[in-house]
Amino acid sequence: MFIAGDYEIIVVGAGHAGVEAALAAARLGCRTLLATLNLDNISQMPCNPSIGGPAKGHLVREIDALGGQMGLSADLASIQARLLNTSKGPAVQALREQSDKGSYHLIMKRICEEQENLDIKQLLIEKLLVEDEKVTGVMVETGEVYTCRAVILATGTYLRGRIIIGEKTYEGGPVGQRAATALTSSLQKLGIELMRFKTGTPARVDKRSLDFSKMKLQPGDEKVHNFSFLSKGRAHEQVPCWLTYTNEETHRILRDNIERAPMANGIIEGVGPRYCPSIETKIMRFPDKKNHQLFIEPEGLCTDEMYVQGMSTSMPIDVQMAFLRTIPGLENVKIMRPGYAIEYDCLNPQQLNLSLEHKKIAGLFSAGQANGTSGYEEAAAQGLIAGINAACKVQKKEPLILRRSQAYIGVLIDDLVTKGTQEPYRMMTSRAEYRLLLRQDNADLRLTPIGREIGLVDERRWQAFCAKRKSIDELTAQLKTMQVTPSRENNEKLQRAGLEPLTAATNIFDLFKRKNVTYDALLEAFALPEAEDDVKEQIMIESLYEGYIKKQQEQVERMEKLERRKLPEDIDYRKISGLRVEAQEKLQQIRPLSLGQAGRISGVSPADISILLVYLEQYRRRDNAV
Amino acid sequence: MSIQMEDTIAAIATPVGEGGIGVIRLSGCSAVAIAARLFRAANGKELTDFASHQVIFGHVVEPQTGDIVDEIICLLMRAPRSYTKEDVVELQCHGGMVVLRRILALVLENGARAAEPGEFTKRAFLNGRIDLEQAQAVMDIISAKTEASLKMASGHLSGLFSQRIEQLRKPLVAMIAHYEVLLDFPEEGVEELDETAILEQLREIESEIVLLLKTAHTGRILREGLQVAIAGKPNVGKSSLLNALLQTERAIVTDIAGTTRDSIEESANIGGALLRLVDTAGIHDTDDAIEKMGVERSHHYMQQADLQLLVFDGSRPLEEDDFAILKKALGRPFFILVNKADLPQKADLKVLSSLAGTAPLFLISAHTRDGFSQLEKAIAQYVFEENATKDAGAFVNSERQIAALKAARRHINDARNTIEEELGEDFAVIDLRSAWQQLGDILGDTANEAIIDEMFSRFCIGK
Repeated sequence: MFIAGDYEIIVVGAGHAGVEAALAAARLGCRTLLATLNLDNISQMPCNPSIGGPAKGHLVREIDALGGQMGLSADLASIQARLLNTSKGPAVQALREQSDKGSYHLIMKRICEEQENLDIKQLLIEKLLVEDEKVTGVMVETGEVYTCRAVILATGTYLRGRIIIGEKTYEGGPVGQRAATALTSSLQKLGIELMRFKTGTPARVDKRSLDFSKMKLQPGDEKVHNFSFLSKGRAHEQVPCWLTYTNEETHRILRDNIERAPMANGIIEGVGPRYCPSIETKIMRFPDKKNHQLFIEPEGLCTDEMYVQGMSTSMPIDVQMAFLRTIPGLENVKIMRPGYAIEYDCLNPQQLNLSLEHKKIAGLFSAGQANGTSGYEEAAAQGLIAGINAACKVQKKEPLILRRSQAYIGVLIDDLVTKGTQEPYRMMTSRAEYRLLLRQDNADLRLTPIGREIGLVDERRWQAFCAKRKSIDELTAQLKTMQVTPSRENNEKLQRAGLEPLTAATNIFDLFKRKNVTYDALLEAFALPEAEDDVKEQIMIESLYEGYIKKQQEQVERMEKLERRKLPEDIDYRKISGLRVEAQEKLQQIRPLSLGQAGRISGVSPADISILLVYLEQYRRRDNAV
Repeated sequence: MSIQMEDTIAAIATPVGEGGIGVIRLSGCSAVAIAARLFRAANGKELTDFASHQVIFGHVVEPQTGDIVDEIICLLMRAPRSYTKEDVVELQCHGGMVVLRRILALVLENGARAAEPGEFTKRAFLNGRIDLEQAQAVMDIISAKTEASLKMASGHLSGLFSQRIEQLRKPLVAMIAHYEVLLDFPEEGVEELDETAILEQLREIESEIVLLLKTAHTGRILREGLQVAIAGKPNVGKSSLLNALLQTERAIVTDIAGTTRDSIEESANIGGALLRLVDTAGIHDTDDAIEKMGVERSHHYMQQADLQLLVFDGSRPLEEDDFAILKKALGRPFFILVNKADLPQKADLKVLSSLAGTAPLFLISAHTRDGFSQLEKAIAQYVFEENATKDAGAFVNSERQIAALKAARRHINDARNTIEEELGEDFAVIDLRSAWQQLGDILGDTANEAIIDEMFSRFCIGK
């Protein structure tokens, strides 16, 4: 056996999870190897050419606040930015950026190459080496071995990947890549439970064959936002996207050929996501819907490839061509790459701890689509946490576990580990109980101190953050002391600013609770101190929604009392009489860290939690007695 | 998840239907503070200022109005010297279920949570009051009681009641899913919500909850009996009436005014309806201190009762005291009983019936039982028809359900305000979700997945 190298941490896969994991591990001082089966595919975006949107944009900001990479790189590769939900509350506003896919890949590849402690190699890993239930290394298809203390699996959709287009199927990863076939059986031999999921992507079409005059222009925002709290300005001019619709003829062609769809002809066995249905699924499930919208999005600045968002399909090529050509603006469309479905193996995430380490194999972590999620952002978020926690493992530190009340990342991982998933898991703001606290605007306030403590937040970010926090605190205190009486003079000032007059005395901070009162509207009239936009924004939100925010904070405090009640690692739930059999089995399988987590397991009732409370006390007293 | 050691729990600690003194027990860190909101010590001191292990005489009052609910004895046991090792307050009152329920409801409205089966015992164990050997027994109690209550609950819930709760939740989950789709998929071209229609739907849901809450009253009446107060000035034959209704001789019947100095509660089955009859002390202007207390208590009973039977002596002209009683009774349901119909009649019935409004009037004789069949028929009809037929089967049955329904109603009200004030969809959803969860607690169903399922089954979303 040839030992080709020794590392502390080996990351298998260099997609969005793998890159974030490798960078975090290396930045925390671990000698790290990032193994990918193609160096030209580092941080590839095999599906939509965009990053962010509701909940996903939140994740990117959280990654950034903790000192991760995705936000900074996305800002550099951004060719259009839109803040979504601006007419709605601050908790659901979210940024989405169109990305130049090629630049994003090159930026990330360069950052990895320049990263100290990090080696990047083109390798196809075939086998995971485990001794005494501990990871020891990986074996490459060519037989050499790399030894290590921890492995992070970030295999995306490559594990036993199978591409399906109409009646044709073949082994492979996305966009013409190889699949990783042997690694699956190595994992199975280690007793790891795998699931089979499916996802899909639409065709890429030639920009020169499109008639944009028949579509609706979708420009970027005039006032542009960035993902990263550190990014300033923009690297590229913005380019537009285009909106058009399907029609009855489109649907007729799809219906007429439905028996040729892989989902109908039985070729697809994997479980697809409900939120990312193919167009053939959409028209079958919603037959009454007269049209479906689609967005034409650029894949980059230096290419004519355009992504047809909304038209994911695995229909045979002739059907893909026929139905696309019924769509206004696409009458003469030329397909550059067809849409396809892909099936792949992933790990049942219920085998993981909240640290993303496997319960049964020490030092084995997994992240991203390999854990049954979908989306670049979900992958990157897990990658960051897996990288941090693998480093903590190697350095014998406590793992980082974010709570549901702290971050979308906490919600994501807790959902996966505690509830599992039956389909590729997508983050949504509706999955978070404390949405109002987990805003994208305060991701830094929530998480940057944590990132600093871990060691991922560098001096530049920390100084900028401290300055912002200080300025928010000082300005808030100052505004609270600035009394405004309902004097004629004050009311005239308000009216000149287009605002309602006062009837009772208040202070400036509380003035923001009134409708349409903004910092800038009061700035001149009441001689308010100048401040950065993000500082003003934070103060206005905290004032306007103070009541709701307090309510959620109280809910969090109540919940966290249960979260703080830790369950010992060596409990044998089967021996706790009084627990119902279903609860015993579920608890034994999931092995929750706390009573709070136990309560979220489906099949564990409040009565079971009650029994656990009693058991815990018994346990504690027995311990004390010893 | 409702298991929280840190909150304050409360329950009626004495068995239902067993007379004597009734006890409401509170345990938890806010027990004293909650009790202090309702309790007025006779010596004027704040409850929070009393030392532990004291017996304090005073009144339970409605915090908003200051109205006296009952005269009680309050036992204060501060942690750790109590059964649960937490702060414990026991409110000992006169026992009638109506009063007990009323006080418990006040305690719950003021921040306590209805205790789970075995929960006081559980806390006693968790706080180290009960020793290790008893732990197993405690777990058995919890699981056994939970099983039993689950069985009872599912038996009860299988019917119309759970259907009605489900019917309330259905439009709620549809609304929530629609809001959530708009928030999570803003560019999918999903139609906006019609807020006027939503507000209308919420109003309907709210009035449905109010209707259900009304049945809480009926459910209780069918289970525990209709509280009936027999009132009248001294010596009009109240005790004779009670005896005639009970067909026994329990109350002391004499001709001396004021014989029944305290109120007596008895159960009677009238035409299949369970009545809890309270024979109140004769109400008249008096200087006797003890009697005065009795009279005051009679007034309380009249206010608490589901039905008041006002007794007048037909053989004597009506007096000031009679009219005073009638005035007291106004505003709550009552029947007028003109007793002693077997004697020559001197009372002016025209005046009585003009003052009584729509209340029915019966000429009876407690002595000969003349007019009793009509009276008993009318009472049974009152129980079954006034209260029952509208909501056959769909009765709210426990304090937990009442508390959950009230909370749901509050959240729906909040949601309406939020929508009307145009605070935004994400804020409306907070209140709607809370309402939906409260209703789900009644059914034991709080799975969040239902919302996500609804989002994907109703809306075509996704790239």
